[in-house]
Amino acid sequence: MSVADQAPRFASPVDQRMWSERIPAPWWILGLILLLLPIVANNFWLFQIMGWTFILGMIGLSLMFLAGYGGMVSLLQMSIAGLAGYMVAILGPSGAANVSLGLSWWIVLPAAFLIAALFATMCGALAVRTDGIYTIMITLAIAAAFFYFTRQNYSIFNGYSGFNLVLPPKLFGVNWRDPLPFYYLSLACAALCYGAVVYLARSPFGLALQGVRDNPRRMAALGFNVTAHRVAAYALASVFASTGGILLVWQNAQIAPGTIGISSAIDVLVVAVVGGMRRPLGPFIGAFIYVLLQVFSTDILGFFGFSADRFKLIIGIGFLAIVLFSPDGVLGLWDRWRARMAARKAATTGGGA
Amino acid sequence: MNAPVVSSRMNVPGAGNASSGNALELRGITKMFGALAAISDVTLSVKPGERRAVLGSNGAGKTTLFNCITGDFLPTAGLVRFFGEDVTVFPPHERIRRGLRRTYQISSLFTGLSVMDNVYLACCGVSRNRFSLVRPRPDDALVQAAEILVEAVHLTADKDRLVGELAYGQQRQLEVALALSGAPRFVLFDEPAAGLSPTERAELVTILTSLPAHIGFIIIEHDMDVALRVADSVTMMHNGRIFKEGRSDEIESDPEVQELYLGGGHAHH
Ligand SMILES: Nc1ncnc2c1ncn2[C@@H]1O[C@H](COP(=O)(O)OP(=O)(O)OP(=O)(O)O)[C@@H](O)[C@H]1O
Ligand SMILES: [Mg+2]
Repeated sequence: MSVADQAPRFASPVDQRMWSERIPAPWWILGLILLLLPIVANNFWLFQIMGWTFILGMIGLSLMFLAGYGGMVSLLQMSIAGLAGYMVAILGPSGAANVSLGLSWWIVLPAAFLIAALFATMCGALAVRTDGIYTIMITLAIAAAFFYFTRQNYSIFNGYSGFNLVLPPKLFGVNWRDPLPFYYLSLACAALCYGAVVYLARSPFGLALQGVRDNPRRMAALGFNVTAHRVAAYALASVFASTGGILLVWQNAQIAPGTIGISSAIDVLVVAVVGGMRRPLGPFIGAFIYVLLQVFSTDILGFFGFSADRFKLIIGIGFLAIVLFSPDGVLGLWDRWRARMAARKAATTGGGA
Repeated sequence: MNAPVVSSRMNVPGAGNASSGNALELRGITKMFGALAAISDVTLSVKPGERRAVLGSNGAGKTTLFNCITGDFLPTAGLVRFFGEDVTVFPPHERIRRGLRRTYQISSLFTGLSVMDNVYLACCGVSRNRFSLVRPRPDDALVQAAEILVEAVHLTADKDRLVGELAYGQQRQLEVALALSGAPRFVLFDEPAAGLSPTERAELVTILTSLPAHIGFIIIEHDMDVALRVADSVTMMHNGRIFKEGRSDEIESDPEVQELYLGGGHAHH
């Protein structure tokens, strides 16, 4: 008997069921848990662990969109997120009053998304001319250049010190940086981004992007401009990264070159690979694992007698284990476990059918 | 400018005058792979609605010729005109959007997609919906166009199956459906009948002969039977060059061709 593939590489563009029927039961349960989490979780869990998970998940999601659907592994997503975050700090109010423009949020937010999308499009136009390892190299090079630029540029990026006191606007009289509002804000953004990716995967654009990943030559012979499609994917993915980036500045109330350093760029890749790149849920799972390890590394490492700054060691070992044992990340492990359970069940009930 | 080296047996009236009036016109197309000339100095014109068969032994350069026409490869030298427009250096998608279509000798399909989605994708490629971020509704015009195409190649019963699970013959039929999406004006079929059963061949011949009259095509075909039934004219290639052209009936009775093709135990009639 064949082991059913839990994650179809493509989804059908036409599904005639109601949207509510299409969502399987486990999702309703997960949604309910996330909505009701504040009843049991303390502020540290809501703000630090879950908030950060959602943010990192969204930035990882933008990579998943490019890599999983488009076959383009970009190390730029943290830079794009960081640029959106920087724009919020530069255009809006911040502690660095001599640099920040202090514009109001309804100009700042659209401008941040737009500028980040322009940057992503330009970088994408450079990167899509390369393949595989060269895409990784060129995007890493751009990420590094951007990092050093922000460190040395004082007139726009305020150099080494960056920006502090970057706070979210007090819309509806709510302080969105309080743990509970921030939890719901980041949850809503993450859910929206996740839903958008799931939806887009089956739109003509998303379907074609997956076609470009699998057989670019055939796509061109069907009338698709493969290069334009890839560049557009970079632009689209920037929206998810920017959402994460803006929330990240608000969560930290500051942004500095360190936020967008090389190691952060690589962390995004680690998050997506550990969680699984084939489905939009992967990066969120990866982000959750990453955040848990990072936050509790002191305890874990202390238990084994290492110092806390060795946390990267755990991440590294985990990354290695995942890459070696499950190229599809944690979600891939889960798929295989379910397939094995299903096979065992079929063997006990179905007999020699 | 290249001399119009059109074979004397060419049955294209007015081939000598201006490019206008031809669906496809090739002049002096040469393609080198390193030192190997896969095709050399091929000059050919096909009228709108004309159906041409290209015959030739393995490695004669037939597929390479198609690749130069579609832009999969740029020719080393020569000129490609499509409905009068010089498309020699156009990228493939620009030619496709002008009404050129092709099939591949080795099926080039999206095996992880359903039959319907393959055809739907092909329909999107030649429409403005290429970049649409909105999922189609079941009554979407492109979805319906795709359904008609699936029907035309007799795959309706399997339209929701993954292409990877289809039988070989069905994949070949799908390959044809992809080439008929949108509003094709000229189609290049690369051995669509290869490996098909006699029944499937007959079906293919029906599909090809019942195409709207304004759609011209070139078909590469080893089976003389199929070739002569669907084509009005024949071009014979050997070692990257055209060595004979003519109407199907002329070619069929040509002694040289008979020796090459019909004498070699190739035919079954
Ligand atoms: N991409 C390529 N790189 C190098 N050589 C090539 C390439 N494509 C084709 N060739 C060579 O060009 C010549 C013509 O090949 P082509 O595929 O056009 O022949 P064909 O007439 O289609 O043959 P067949 O009947 O086997 O399909 C062959 O010698 C082939 O090896
Ligand atoms: Mg060939």
